[in-house]
Amino acid sequence: MTLSSFISLFQAAIVFGTVIMFGSIGETLTEKSGNLNLGVPGVMYLGGIAGLVSVFFYEKYTPEPNQLICVILALASSFAAAALGGLIYSFLTITLRANQNVTGLTLTIFGTGVANFLGGSLNKLAGGVGQISVPYTSDAFKFQIFGSLSSSSFGKLFLSYGWMVYLAIIIAVVMQIFLSKTRKGLNLRAVGENPATADAAGINVTKYKYSATCIGCGIVGFGGLFYVMDYIGGTWANDGSIESLGWLAVALVIFTTWKSANSIWGAYLFGLLYWMFYYIEGLTRSSQEIFKMLPYVVTILVLIIISFRKKKENQGPQSLGLSYFREER
Amino acid sequence: MFADVYNKTTEGTDLGEKIAVSMRNITKTFGSVVANKDVSIDIRHGEILSLLGENGSGKTTLMNMLSGIYYPDSGSIFVDGKEVSIKSPKDAYNLGIGMIHQHFKLVDVFTAAENIVLGLKEKGSINIKRIAEKVNEICSKYGFEIDPYEKVYNMSVSQKQTLEIIKVLYRGANILILDEPTAVLTPQETEKLFDVIRSMRKDGKSIIIITHKLHEVLRVSDRVTVLRKGEYVGTVDTKDATELSLTEMMVGKKISLDIERPEPDDPKPRIKVDNLSCINSAGIKALDNISFTAYSGEILGIAGISGCGQKELLESIAGLQKTLPGSSIVYTEPETGEEKQLIGKTPKQISSLGISLSFVPEDRLGMGLVGSMGMTDNMMLKSYKNEGFFFTQRKKPRALAEKVKDELEVVTPSLQTPVRRLSGGNVQKVLVGREISSSPTVLMTAYAVRGLDINTSYTIYHLLNEQKKKGVAVIYVGEDLDVLLELCDRILVLCEGKLNGIAEGRKTTKEEVGLLMTNLQNGGDTDEQK
Amino acid sequence: MSKNKSSVKEPLLRIAKRDSIEAYKAWGIRAAVLIAALIICGFIIFFITDLNPFKVYISMFKGNFGTTRRIWQLLRDMAMLLCIGLGLAPAFKMRFWNIGAEGQILAGGLATAACMIYLNSLPNYLLLIIMFVTSIIAGALWGLIPTIFKAKFNTNETLFTLMMNYVAIQLTSYFVALWENPYGSNTVGIINPATKAGWLPSVFGQQSFLNVAIVLLLTVIMYFYLKYSKQGYEISVVGESENTARYAGINVKKVIIRTMLISGAVCGLAGFLAVSGASHTISTSTAGGKGFTAIIVTWLAKFNPVVMILITFIITFLDRGAVQIASDFNLNEYVSNIITGIILFFILGSEFFINYKIIFRSKKQEVIK
Repeated sequence: MTLSSFISLFQAAIVFGTVIMFGSIGETLTEKSGNLNLGVPGVMYLGGIAGLVSVFFYEKYTPEPNQLICVILALASSFAAAALGGLIYSFLTITLRANQNVTGLTLTIFGTGVANFLGGSLNKLAGGVGQISVPYTSDAFKFQIFGSLSSSSFGKLFLSYGWMVYLAIIIAVVMQIFLSKTRKGLNLRAVGENPATADAAGINVTKYKYSATCIGCGIVGFGGLFYVMDYIGGTWANDGSIESLGWLAVALVIFTTWKSANSIWGAYLFGLLYWMFYYIEGLTRSSQEIFKMLPYVVTILVLIIISFRKKKENQGPQSLGLSYFREER
Repeated sequence: MFADVYNKTTEGTDLGEKIAVSMRNITKTFGSVVANKDVSIDIRHGEILSLLGENGSGKTTLMNMLSGIYYPDSGSIFVDGKEVSIKSPKDAYNLGIGMIHQHFKLVDVFTAAENIVLGLKEKGSINIKRIAEKVNEICSKYGFEIDPYEKVYNMSVSQKQTLEIIKVLYRGANILILDEPTAVLTPQETEKLFDVIRSMRKDGKSIIIITHKLHEVLRVSDRVTVLRKGEYVGTVDTKDATELSLTEMMVGKKISLDIERPEPDDPKPRIKVDNLSCINSAGIKALDNISFTAYSGEILGIAGISGCGQKELLESIAGLQKTLPGSSIVYTEPETGEEKQLIGKTPKQISSLGISLSFVPEDRLGMGLVGSMGMTDNMMLKSYKNEGFFFTQRKKPRALAEKVKDELEVVTPSLQTPVRRLSGGNVQKVLVGREISSSPTVLMTAYAVRGLDINTSYTIYHLLNEQKKKGVAVIYVGEDLDVLLELCDRILVLCEGKLNGIAEGRKTTKEEVGLLMTNLQNGGDTDEQK
Repeated sequence: MSKNKSSVKEPLLRIAKRDSIEAYKAWGIRAAVLIAALIICGFIIFFITDLNPFKVYISMFKGNFGTTRRIWQLLRDMAMLLCIGLGLAPAFKMRFWNIGAEGQILAGGLATAACMIYLNSLPNYLLLIIMFVTSIIAGALWGLIPTIFKAKFNTNETLFTLMMNYVAIQLTSYFVALWENPYGSNTVGIINPATKAGWLPSVFGQQSFLNVAIVLLLTVIMYFYLKYSKQGYEISVVGESENTARYAGINVKKVIIRTMLISGAVCGLAGFLAVSGASHTISTSTAGGKGFTAIIVTWLAKFNPVVMILITFIITFLDRGAVQIASDFNLNEYVSNIITGIILFFILGSEFFINYKIIFRSKKQEVIK
């Protein structure tokens, strides 16, 4: 492999990894509260489409769009729509105690539907598939904060990305610190581990579960937004990629053993594994597909190893997937 | 109005100043069950108060109202002379009351320090170092030892208990409630705990110990308050009390129940247990070298404070509990006299040996029955394999369900109604009815009449006696001493997983059994042949 | 004095578990919720598209029942979804979260397609039998892998089976590229278009007749299996409580493995029907998310195969109706996902009012069991 092809593999891995990194950080936060949200793909869709729709109309009806407003608008609407998805999930599973898995899967169906419906309508408005363009916003999202330093090989490897790549890393670190070092993070983890104990210690279990799920979904939504604005350059594709990326994000949560800091390298590793086929010479098109299996296979191995070794720190939260009802003591 | 009551009880004693907590006329009911009825107790500053009573006497319920788990139906609570309302554990903490529950409330994957500060509204981020300092301060003050950085899942039971106590002290508690603190401790650990408790008393704190162990009560406490069947019996100074006087207060006078007790007819050894030991799912040695023999045609009672190994004993015989090497359970075939070893056999293997062993477990809906199924389907739980080839045969189970329903007067809308929806008494009738129907040679029952009304209880006693007359070896684990004394031919008393003695049902007294239950003899007795 | 005080402290609303509810009430609640959901969907359709909701619903009805062909398409789609749901029912009844139906369907579909491609010289009846058997075996093995780890190490089956889906999808991509026809199309194309080798034959002139008949037969079999067989009885006991199962002398691990073999096998069979009986090709969208939808079908039907017919009808009706709306009113067909999603949210939420009751503050003191 030549240096330049290595660099382009690395770059592809990082951009790919950033989408699922957002997804896995958000889902980690949600799962730490004991909610296993299988609606990640749907939520990612919601975040992506909301960001796109809002800036599409802003750019369409504003003579000279302000790029800062574009970015803020996209971030805010993406977060809000995704968090709303989380709110539906929370209301059903926390307040109405519906089954988490079934509710999550329904949320995926719903989010996929809403996003592709709106995306399709937007395509029609713009005059055809792939005709949507939000140049100001996608420019702003592709803005490389370290752009001037990215001419060397090192620069190309690490500094040549849109700012959301670095935002993801920051959020991953902040999340890790929040969960492991702060009081609220400690309380949240207690809720996910053992809600009855948390309740007895005076922690408002319902409030923590709602907030963690909604904020977590909001962060998942950023993954969709990054995909739409940076990865495919500010348009809409009804090709189901977001869905498979969403499931990969769920896999990444397991792979990182519920530690968001691990997702920084884990996500890029998934990206490398996913794109590796492209840079290995002599692969047929069919054997390339086998390579794309790697992230999932690796996740399965991790899942087996953590259940086999039974090391408590690497397990998911103990009451993950269970709803809490105080009187059922 | 309550002020009057308050004055009355403290009148003349001049203890108004010294009283830390006063509970007045507390009543608490759960559905139709009265857990506490008009109970009033006082706890003084700087004293150790024992709250003594049998299982189900309402000790824990009463204390749960002090710690904010339950809210009383009526009555009032005063802390330092002021009336308070305690709605949640948080309210209790704010009043300086902390409770160490029998089942620890700790997060396994957290360190000791993290568990201690959980849910606290202190300012700033978690400074583990500062917390550790404060923890060490508490530790050295009262003589604890704990590593703040240790994970809970690596801790022993006694370390977890220490952690719970520190957690409560860290929150500034002046009144500590310990629920059965020594139940899970070794003698050495118990000794250490008592030292700690004494040093806390010296510090002016009030400590309430919920217990049923008389010798510990006598050793550590200043006063003893006794509850019986949810009601207040009395309070005495420990220095004026003896084991006998406390036992009398605890168990009350013997009440005649008029349960029939036919003489055993030609008793022969049926189940011989030798050196039975096991470690239960919590990792505790639940049975320690138990040996005894159950005879045909007799009812062998098993008495003991709950959680002393009764569950594990029955489950070992039923093939549901792993035993330690060296244990032996030998079944003797009534017809042929052939002896069969049951250790290491699954329930299925035991039944395929041709042994008809019936077992009414304590957890009726979680083990004995399938709650979501109706009577018919529950009747075939243990026999469905024997009938039919691929499909289940419901004809016999339906007939059996019909029979059990008629004979035991089970009240149910239909045979298909999920048994979960039946009342406790009817659930028990379904379970006992099924177990008896398989014409067993051994019948084991755990708390067969718990939660049942008087009439249903008598129905069950009658059924057990019928089995006895048929030559079945009946093992009856019970908690009501009056019943054990009138129903059983012999009473085997367990204490902390050891066999503490076997009493003759017709000769023994309530006090004797009561003392055996609460007071571990040296090493425990072994079974002497009768 | 204290009486007043304590009743003030009782919260305004409290939630308690219901012991039981009459069947007609439960179904009444569900029906009311379904109607409410349809009304809300109507409003949503009106707001985002300005269309008259009644016209939309009529169009949906026509899309499903307008012509004989449409009715058969409805039946074929129902059969597919129902078949997967039937496969999931035993696993879910045992409280084993088999999220991996997608993968098990693809495994079955791949086996079917492989037979069609490599064994197309065999006589058709023999080929069909081999396809039938291999698809079942493939599905069962795909389901077995996570189950062994569950039984042995208690590995989380929800996440494991979920991952197995994507492994299966990539495996399918691999074979699609391998079997590509014509070259460069990146699809397998219709397999054996001329000889129709390995195609389920048309009966009474209906290509889908056998699909529907097989699934109907399977529904009856599964109904009797779960309700009247000894194995079905064991599944119920294990699902209710493993302790009870051990008490009754049931080998829990054996039951878990056996049940998942059946679950995977039926999902594999669904793959066979999809390939041999409908599309005559294989692609990564052969399962098309139906493996996930079927989970919802099974769950809402409480594992009862007969009720599952009703639920698959509702979902398939919405799905096909939405396709019709899309073409009639020039919308895109994802509107069906939206409507399905909303209706499922409502049905999921309605279970709360069946299982719990809300107690308003009253003078009577609380009763906790």
